[in-house]
Amino acid sequence: MAKRPLSGEPYVGFLLPATLLVCGLFLIPIGQLVALSFGGLEAPTLRWYEQVAATDSIHRILLTTFRIVGLTTVIAVVLGYAVAYAMAHMGERQRLALLLCVLVPFWLSVLVRALAWLILLRNNGIVNEALLGSGLIAAPLPLVRNELGVVIGMVHYLVPYAVFPIFATMRGLDGRLMMAARSVGASPFRTFTDVYLPLTLPALFGAGLLVFVFGLGFFVTPAILGGGRVVMLSEYVSISVLQTLRWGLAAALSVVLLVATLALIAIVSRVTGVRRMLGAS
Amino acid sequence: MTVTSSVPGAVPPPSTEVGPRIEPRIALSIRDLTKRYGSVAAIDRLSLDIASGEFLSLLGPSGSGKSTILMAIAGFVDPDGGDILLDGQPVGGLPPEKRGFGVVFQGYALFPHMTVRGNIAYPLKLRGIRGAELDRRVERAIDLVHLQAFAARMPRQLSGGQQQRVALARALVFDPAVVLLDEPLSALDKKLRAELQFELKSLHQRLGTTFVNVTHDQEEAMTMSDRIVILRDGRVQQTGTPDALYNTPATRFVADFLGRANFLDGVAGSVSGGCLTIDIDGASVRHRLRDGEPRMGRTALLALRPERLSVLAPDAAVGDRNRVEGRVVTSAFVGSQHIHVVETPLGVLEAHTPAFGAGVLRKPGEAVALAWPWDGGVLVEDR
Repeated sequence: MAKRPLSGEPYVGFLLPATLLVCGLFLIPIGQLVALSFGGLEAPTLRWYEQVAATDSIHRILLTTFRIVGLTTVIAVVLGYAVAYAMAHMGERQRLALLLCVLVPFWLSVLVRALAWLILLRNNGIVNEALLGSGLIAAPLPLVRNELGVVIGMVHYLVPYAVFPIFATMRGLDGRLMMAARSVGASPFRTFTDVYLPLTLPALFGAGLLVFVFGLGFFVTPAILGGGRVVMLSEYVSISVLQTLRWGLAAALSVVLLVATLALIAIVSRVTGVRRMLGAS
Repeated sequence: MTVTSSVPGAVPPPSTEVGPRIEPRIALSIRDLTKRYGSVAAIDRLSLDIASGEFLSLLGPSGSGKSTILMAIAGFVDPDGGDILLDGQPVGGLPPEKRGFGVVFQGYALFPHMTVRGNIAYPLKLRGIRGAELDRRVERAIDLVHLQAFAARMPRQLSGGQQQRVALARALVFDPAVVLLDEPLSALDKKLRAELQFELKSLHQRLGTTFVNVTHDQEEAMTMSDRIVILRDGRVQQTGTPDALYNTPATRFVADFLGRANFLDGVAGSVSGGCLTIDIDGASVRHRLRDGEPRMGRTALLALRPERLSVLAPDAAVGDRNRVEGRVVTSAFVGSQHIHVVETPLGVLEAHTPAFGAGVLRKPGEAVALAWPWDGGVLVEDR
């Protein structure tokens, strides 16, 4: 061990493994990816980006991706808020039960979940059979192998990611603030809109960001529940890498996605304040 | 109408009302209020009348139920029994927002996402007050608590004392008939607390609003209150003016909780010339009975305030006073007073003597005599 650490701090050495891990396994591969998107370091070219910019089908895929992920985010965050609210304001026993309900699907493989939804939602699946049998509908509803199916599957997967940051903020909220609002004349509804919601809104944005960023990378769920008819960006990248072997295009699309994600984080954190987004008050 | 306070139960209620009576009109009346948590009664059939314009403190150790009482009045604790009457009207069935009390919460509970002005304006906005009227009343409240320079700040940018004032202004701005304060000064340091005690008191005098204050700090209660209710285990121990409670406590608990006290536990002897003789382990002391002072039967428990004791040289003449010899165990100089702890045949006694003039700080081990006038103590119940 070095007698004199890097700086006056004796524990700087402990940071080294993590730093090496991040640099070696994360930053360097990303650097390679960026290099690849420019056609390699020897002969840099913008042709892959030009192709991204010029191809209509890629534009449609980008649009579809952002539309599905955006819709998923909104639904997941609203549902997550409701679940988190229930969890934060119920008895200890019920809280545990609800926590389990949220966590158990969280532990299941994404593949298993997507296939389970397929079984439930396909034309001769349980949901359609039940509706047909009860006479409510005459023909099976198109619940899957379309955008709706993808959104259902993604929302189901992503709700827990929305629940936990919102729940943490709600639990940390001083109950006396709501009592104070009531004491000065606010109805329960006004207390919610004037005090509770504004104070949990940063967590809502934070959860939305988390869900959105996760959602952009979704690959298995759209592939299965979209039935090949809904192509999202990740799937297109995968096809480019594995089937059409256009690695440069795949890299360029990945970089576009990465930059879009970073820009989004920057905007949301500017609007809500990073510290508040991360749960600090 | 009289101001009463009683401790119902198996034991006949002792006369807990001492000191001058407060003028009639009752602002807030609590009748047989009860709140149980499992088998424990946080509030045990408590009855209390609070006069209009009064500054009343609920004083007790933690777990005495004082905050629970306040939260039950405010509407945040659902009592298991009893009534709460505001100006004669029951409010027990109303939600907190319909009761119209101003509440200052422990830790202030300022809305962190609103400015000082926003916090203070919020109660008025809820009442549909807008425009010039809103501005006028908010400014008046801000002036009242001297926060003109801080109106645009966020609560987290304020010191504890300033936050306390915002909380107070928010509780006062809509002119509530009764203001409830839950340990309003407990989060502040001692010096600031002392300042704000007087500020709160003068504010109360200017406004004439009824204040109900919860505290565990006996000094705070004595400084600010017209009347103090001493609570223990959800029951009223004694009610009275600070002066009356301090000088004529009814029980050992009250004497011990409000200020410091020495207790002499003895056997009651004969009465002669208005003085009761109390035998304590062979020694005997005299106690001049006040008019109507109850004698406690065979045993007598005498509470003796430390400042009533004089610390003298062993050979000093004491005149018509009780006298006991002893040896100093420990002593300290605390600014205005000398504190002596003296081992005597009557037990270990604490004496507080003036530190100025002829005051001498005696060292541990020194032989001294303690003396106190015959009317220096008060007989209390042993509970």
